[in-house]
Amino acid sequence: MQKRLILNSELLNITVDRLCQQLIENHNDFANTVILGLQPRGIYFSDLVVAHLQTLTKSEITYGYLDATFYRDDFRKKGKPVQANATKIDFIIEDKNVVLIDDVLFTGRTVRAALDAMMDYGRPAKVELMVLINRRYTRDLPIAPDYTGKDVNTLHTQKVLVEIGKGKKNKVWLINEET
Amino acid sequence: MALSQKHLLGIKNITAGDIEQIFTTADNFKEVINRPIKKVPSLRDITIANIFFENSTRTRLSFELAEKRLSADVINFSASSSSVKKGETLLDTVNNILAMKVDMVVMRHASPGAPHFLSRHIGASIINAGDGTHEHPTQALLDTYSIRERLGEVAGKKVAIIGDILHSRVAISNIFALQKLGAEVMVCGPLTLMPRHIADLGVRVELDVQKALEWCDVANILRIQLERQQIKYFPSLREYALYYGINKARLDRLNKEIVIMHPGPINRGVELDSDVADSGHSIILDQVENGVAVRMAVLYLLANR
Repeated sequence: MQKRLILNSELLNITVDRLCQQLIENHNDFANTVILGLQPRGIYFSDLVVAHLQTLTKSEITYGYLDATFYRDDFRKKGKPVQANATKIDFIIEDKNVVLIDDVLFTGRTVRAALDAMMDYGRPAKVELMVLINRRYTRDLPIAPDYTGKDVNTLHTQKVLVEIGKGKKNKVWLINEET
Repeated sequence: MALSQKHLLGIKNITAGDIEQIFTTADNFKEVINRPIKKVPSLRDITIANIFFENSTRTRLSFELAEKRLSADVINFSASSSSVKKGETLLDTVNNILAMKVDMVVMRHASPGAPHFLSRHIGASIINAGDGTHEHPTQALLDTYSIRERLGEVAGKKVAIIGDILHSRVAISNIFALQKLGAEVMVCGPLTLMPRHIADLGVRVELDVQKALEWCDVANILRIQLERQQIKYFPSLREYALYYGINKARLDRLNKEIVIMHPGPINRGVELDSDVADSGHSIILDQVENGVAVRMAVLYLLANR
């Protein structure tokens, strides 16, 4: 197994800062904006983003977690059920600007499912997508991010490992699976 | 992780790990059914047949609601209005339904073992919704789930099952489920309604209801099933209510609070008095709500195999 470092913790901090500045540019004081982190792994990255946003804007950000497991189109094709995670949305998203945040954008199927899951909570005015790693040339669906941490050219056989969260070293790796 | 079984025939066949997995999935579905839009598209390509050879309101409604909340296609069948009356066998009936491309079968039957028999002959997943006096696995799952919800965990808790143990599939399934999750179980009722050798299952047997209440953390009160009693097991309903009915006076004599459960339908004033059934100790309506979430979890996990 070969590992290549794509982002170290220093670069990650710079990236998070840049993404937050971009968000502020488009959403001002976040009065009409809500942020949803995608379960299960996107929430560690979205936690970072939201924490940094709150220090920058000094205002309370409306923030929740969205789980799209029950909306997936591939869950029976994997041979084993995908364990669902908690959805935590205690606010109304009707007519709000929603920013969906995930760690890695790969085939786009998770985002497709997340859009469906989100619509069950109401009709947002506008939806944007932020990802830390945008894997290019691997998309199954016409989905593109509005805010990208880093574009990475990858093959279908490669994996992106994001180590963010409690007790993790805040690094992102590209892994070549041996065939 | 997948369930260890293809069917849910009884609690006896599944593992503690399976039960835990059903519970964690049910937690997610409980959140879903409390949303403004109570529906997810998980099973939209699955067709489920509800085959009820025996009457049911609650279980059938709960299953149907669970199936619809998962976006499955549902067909309903009841024996009273079908060719079973013309003499068709169980296997023929089910095979005919399956020929219409049905993926899962939810079945209730008056004969113990009917779903087990079926599982040896057909390919679709079968969920036992009650087979005679044998097992009623989803009821036991929702009962233990409700205990876990109210008391935090099931392990180490003392649960008394009180009433008509002899005719109760709910009791058998509950005993298996509670023991697998590490609870202590006591059965309590008149000697005539106590199956012989029930103690071999590793449960305590108590004939005095007051002692049972003093011992337990949770009392699961069972219905007196008059429709299954061909002979008289006790002199009168009034006498049963006098000796085994749970009322406020009995609970007031305890120096602790216990949780009251009932699988429904309640014979008010017989096994359970209204002032107890409608009190804060009772989690009867939570059981009904959890029933939908637990059944959604079972259907979801079995469809995934």
